[in-house]
Amino acid sequence: MTDANEPEQVFDITLSVNGVVRPVTVPARRLLSDCLRHDLRLTGTHVGCEHGVCGACTVIIDGEPMRSCLMFAVSATDMEITTVEGLAGSDDSYNPVQQAFAECHALQCGFCTPGFLTTISAFLDRNPAPTRDEALGAVSGNLCRCTGYQNIVAAVIRAAEIHAESGPAGEVLP
Amino acid sequence: MTTRLFGSRVLRAEDRRLLLGGGQYLDDLGHDAYAAAFVRSPHGHAQVLSIDIGDAFDVDGLIAIYTHEDLPGAVGERLPLLIPHPSIVAGLTGYALAKEVVHHVGEPVVMVVARDRYLAEDICDRITVQYEPLQTVVGIETARDGKYLVHPEAPGNIAAHLIQSVGDADAAIDNSPHTLELDLAIERSASTPLEGRGAYARWNSSEGSLRLYSSTQNSAGVRAAVASKLGLPLNKVHCIAPDVGGGFGVKLVHPSPEELLVSWTAITLDHEVKWTEDRREHFVSSAHERAQVQKVRVGFDDDGRLLGLAVQIWHDNGSYLPYGVIVPIITSTQLLGPYKLGAYSVEFWSLYTNTVIVTPYRGAGRPQGVYLMERTMDAIADHLGKDRVDVRQANFIRPEEMPYDRHMIFQDGRPLIYDSGDFPASMAKLKALVGWEDFEDYREQARSAGRRVGIGIGCYVEGTGVGPYEGGHVQVESSGKVIVSTGLTSQGQGHQTVLAQIVADELGVPFDDVTVTTGDSRRMGYSVGTFGSRTAVMSGNAVAFAAQNVRKKALRIAGDALEIDPGDLEIEDGVVRVKGSPEVSMSLATVSVLSNPLRYAFDDASKAATQFVVADLSKPPVADDDEPGLESRDFYSPKQSTFANGMHAVVVETDPETAEIKILRYCVVHDCGSIINPMIVEGQIHGGVAQGVGGALYERMAYDEFGQLLNASFMDFLMPYATEMPPEIEIDHLETPSPLNPLGIKGAGEAGVIPGSAVFASAIEDAEGFRISSMPISPSDLFHLRQRFAAGEIPPLRRRTAPDVVQFATPKDSPS
Repeated sequence: MTDANEPEQVFDITLSVNGVVRPVTVPARRLLSDCLRHDLRLTGTHVGCEHGVCGACTVIIDGEPMRSCLMFAVSATDMEITTVEGLAGSDDSYNPVQQAFAECHALQCGFCTPGFLTTISAFLDRNPAPTRDEALGAVSGNLCRCTGYQNIVAAVIRAAEIHAESGPAGEVLP
Repeated sequence: MTTRLFGSRVLRAEDRRLLLGGGQYLDDLGHDAYAAAFVRSPHGHAQVLSIDIGDAFDVDGLIAIYTHEDLPGAVGERLPLLIPHPSIVAGLTGYALAKEVVHHVGEPVVMVVARDRYLAEDICDRITVQYEPLQTVVGIETARDGKYLVHPEAPGNIAAHLIQSVGDADAAIDNSPHTLELDLAIERSASTPLEGRGAYARWNSSEGSLRLYSSTQNSAGVRAAVASKLGLPLNKVHCIAPDVGGGFGVKLVHPSPEELLVSWTAITLDHEVKWTEDRREHFVSSAHERAQVQKVRVGFDDDGRLLGLAVQIWHDNGSYLPYGVIVPIITSTQLLGPYKLGAYSVEFWSLYTNTVIVTPYRGAGRPQGVYLMERTMDAIADHLGKDRVDVRQANFIRPEEMPYDRHMIFQDGRPLIYDSGDFPASMAKLKALVGWEDFEDYREQARSAGRRVGIGIGCYVEGTGVGPYEGGHVQVESSGKVIVSTGLTSQGQGHQTVLAQIVADELGVPFDDVTVTTGDSRRMGYSVGTFGSRTAVMSGNAVAFAAQNVRKKALRIAGDALEIDPGDLEIEDGVVRVKGSPEVSMSLATVSVLSNPLRYAFDDASKAATQFVVADLSKPPVADDDEPGLESRDFYSPKQSTFANGMHAVVVETDPETAEIKILRYCVVHDCGSIINPMIVEGQIHGGVAQGVGGALYERMAYDEFGQLLNASFMDFLMPYATEMPPEIEIDHLETPSPLNPLGIKGAGEAGVIPGSAVFASAIEDAEGFRISSMPISPSDLFHLRQRFAAGEIPPLRRRTAPDVVQFATPKDSPS
């Protein structure tokens, strides 16, 4: 709650999102998820619970998947943020995880999908040839209500195959 | 001949946008809108004494604060009872903002509009509402007791009471060689889509028109309801469902208080207003389902054939009844499953409680009905010492008996007549898939290794594709691209893909040239909505009809232009051509141009249709019985629902020490008639099974006696993660096409979830050796049941009375 009946104090910060430096003015309490979505208009990052459980808001921060609903925007200065909008190639070509999700029917309503895509992309950067159990572990912190997860786990394995065939995640595919 | 797309694993047209982060969900719209937030009741049942705004007016960014007293006319009256039914004796609905009394935790009391959501919530925190708590009614037992009332207008807390019967069930049971009685219970769960509800309204004051975006399953219904409440002409109101992040039923009731209030305040404030539900709000103010207490009395012969069945159901409908009694009606009619019955009677009471409203959640009363019937089948088998499959088979309706009239009235007010299905064939497939005959060997092997396993089965029949109708509009633009619209909405089911498959086939155009729009009243004003596994049946056939009309018109126009009998023409890959002489042809793009005689040319294509180019002076440019344009709108309206069916089997392992329940295998045999896209049907089954797993093993709504929901977060409401699912859901399809519609389709959306509680209860019972009669079941529940079983408070199953098995089933004697 605001302490006084004055306009809230705001901070001028810069965020580095998908390789672009973005100046933005926010109150200290502005969640990173809200800042990305409503201030920077990067609405691909979704908010499913706002208490850090569902994983829909996951973005990659300095290479690590992080829940943007549990961070303040002002805390994310000087960090490299990748959102779902930053996963594809410059010509909107899929990264291997996106390609695998399409091939494996690993999404239905698509609301949780950005959180899975960022989580899995960061995971495969670290472990490009996971076993099924490792793939299962990688996605077991994200909630999906549509797919029953079977095709999502399959997509992790398939993404690793595509990755092996055509280069590291993020590289442009035909 | 172009490859037929119907039946193919076509990748989804929806995915590209969604994978690139380009989806447009409700909260992705209206960044400049005012934000709404609500002060909601913290009490399950209370009198509102006073509302003190305090210093809220001082907060910078406040736009407006509203209570019930501020709501004008119909906006302040009760919300509609959407589906009236003669059985409803006290049909009470809520107000957009509570009027004098709150009836559940989470009920909206004060609406705050502010410059952004943070400020709106700040303001909510400064508003003090004084309540006088009243006695709460939580749980079916308390409601049934009737000592305290949710609504004084509903004595005994009874909202509705209905009896349906076929023959004299009591007499049939009394005259049966064997009888059994079962008391069963099933708890609440909820849809919990990853995206909550939300509404965003834009008022155009100069036009006097309202555009409402809602994360709804029924934009046509929202539009009509909001227009009615606000006294606006229907043509001045449009409702659009943008991308919707899952529905499963909870986004079906309309208008929600928030949809109405956001619309009204957008007009009052002459500014865009948006409300996005947060997760806690979703738990305490949207809708739940499932809770029932059931009593079964059954009579049967030596083979386990049902001679009489008498069922009583007490159904918890929550605090209000906006969706009527559809859920208990479905339970009481669909519990019949694939079985022939002798005499049958069902009586249900729909009861008010001081909890969130109960409206359809995927399955919509069927999971409870199937649970009831399959628990009964297992009990009969155990009583007679027979194989559980054999007892079911003894009762199956045979394929040659289709159509099979159940002599009851279904949820759509129409006769309950099964149109198709081959239940013995489905069961044969399931037995083969799961290895039913080999399971006892497997059980022995497991037992010798100190492991405890069980197998369960569950069968269901599911009325799908209920009417009254859906429409389809198909238009070939002068570019040759095909645009299609249907009025019902999408929440991730792949409608844009499957409807495009149908149109591409019917019209003879490439899949990629077809674009489908759903849930936009500007494009298709007539619609019933998305629920009850109805889209493929209803909109699928509607767009097929419209595409056939367009095809016919295209052949006629091309025939005139090419001076060839339309019967000698075909359409392949977007080109009309002469059969056998494909070089004589005309693209559908050109046909589209010719279909619209023009005076003015604005590009090369339109030049071809101008009056000095196209000039058959013997006829008017547009014939008396014709219209310009290569387009058609058509509707599909069936006489009755079509009935899909399926059978599931699950193999579980229960830990002898911890009572942890592990899913080893999950098998599905599924008959949804002709399959448009197997990939999408399997995806629907996977998701449904996951909700079945959740409902059977993890999810419940933990209300305390005061109506507080103690687990209103994803931290505490245990929705399955990937780790809670079996390694693979094994699926086999049986396709018995529905004779009721030209495409032979039956619905598939809800199938996966329906037998969830039934099949897990069956398997856990089989593993443990004592009857399971309350679901969901957690390891802790199972542990306590084992203690009661060991203490002799629960009898063993008859099939477990062999001494070694009894020993096996008691925790203290379990192998270590």
